[in-house]
Amino acid sequence: MVFLQIAAKDLRSELRTKESLNASLSFAVVILLLFSFAFDPSSEAVAEFSGGLLWLVFAFAGALILNRSFARELPNDCLEVLIASPVSGAQLFLGKTVASFVLLMTIEVICLPIFGIFYDITWTPQALPLLGIFALGTWGMTILGTLFSALTVNLSLRELMLPMLLYPLMLPALMAAMRLTTILLAGNAIAGNDMVWLRLLIGFDIIFTVLSLALVETILVR
Amino acid sequence: MAKNIRLGLGALVGMLLLRNLYIILFNLPDEMEQGPVYRIFYYHLPAFFAAILCYITALVASSMYLIKKNLRYDAIAMSATEVGLAFAAVNLITGMIWGRISWGIWWAWDARLTWALICWLVYFGYLMLRQAIDDPTERAKNSAVLSIFAFVSVAITYKAIEWWRTQHPGPVLSIRTGKQLIDPVMENMLYMNFLALATLAVLMVIIRLNQEEMQRQIDGLRRRAHAI
Repeated sequence: MVFLQIAAKDLRSELRTKESLNASLSFAVVILLLFSFAFDPSSEAVAEFSGGLLWLVFAFAGALILNRSFARELPNDCLEVLIASPVSGAQLFLGKTVASFVLLMTIEVICLPIFGIFYDITWTPQALPLLGIFALGTWGMTILGTLFSALTVNLSLRELMLPMLLYPLMLPALMAAMRLTTILLAGNAIAGNDMVWLRLLIGFDIIFTVLSLALVETILVR
Repeated sequence: MAKNIRLGLGALVGMLLLRNLYIILFNLPDEMEQGPVYRIFYYHLPAFFAAILCYITALVASSMYLIKKNLRYDAIAMSATEVGLAFAAVNLITGMIWGRISWGIWWAWDARLTWALICWLVYFGYLMLRQAIDDPTERAKNSAVLSIFAFVSVAITYKAIEWWRTQHPGPVLSIRTGKQLIDPVMENMLYMNFLALATLAVLMVIIRLNQEEMQRQIDGLRRRAHAI
């Protein structure tokens, strides 16, 4: 359970400075605002792409959080110390993932009501399944994003490379999450043909969690 | 010796491509419903398979690098990815030309097309990542991991025409469907051109590997010159 201590350490330092939390939260709200200029926010059509809109906001905000995940350890060579400590690479990675997951979920939970107010969407009837989909989608994003955060931590173009690598690869999860969120925001339950998307989302999470945990040791050890 | 092999392979590829082009243009009849434009499939489909072949090579070479830590495998993975990207571009562009004639639009956002594009972007990201890292072993290690992840998108692209309802034509080759959906003469021509393009891909990977080897020698000499 060392990974929980790593996660707690990351969350504690984030809560004390609030640097990436504040930045990505305000960034998310700015994007929500920008979208309203791209189309007529009061039209009926918004309901049809509400899921896509919301997940784009989460993906942008997520990239900011994930960028900091490993970059936070760069000053004072903290990353070297963490790697040298008797914590296994998988535990370290899992801890970082959990911390980013909690931060991103916080932002999503704050953004949802704001989104509902701005675009006149009633999200309360399916609130619990919606949170479940948020959790599944966010886990997929953070597991892949944290791995790429470790992969790109030493690059000078870090801020650019992470989204460039992350977005295309997380598309299966993003696609499924967008689709399911749209259904739930319309007040319907997930059933019948749409179960395919739920299976895709869960499958994505499992495959990439296993793959990341298996490969992270090779990335961290120099 | 190695140079002769490359020259021989080059001559073989050239002759094969010319022969196939001649038969495609002059010997084979137009397709019943589509007319002459269907001929682009003789390049569209084989280019896709050549690209997949390259991506599989990159996956195997990347995994081998992580096991053996030999930079030679890293060079193979990089060369195969670069060549694969070129063939995937041929696949995308020929597909777009066909789409413009048959569907009336250059790009239909259906599953197969979208995934082929995603695949291209993912591997392009692989090359970008390589460029951003200076240290050879660090670069080899990180890009090998990315290559393994990237292959997931190749698998999805391959299966996309079965998983989603798409505008893209479904599987036609008898080895995949188990039925003879197209004229055997036409199907054989597809295999012949696949052979030509796959050999071309192998040749290009060999040339690229050779360049990489030379680059390493030049770097070594430069370091020695600095030391003196």
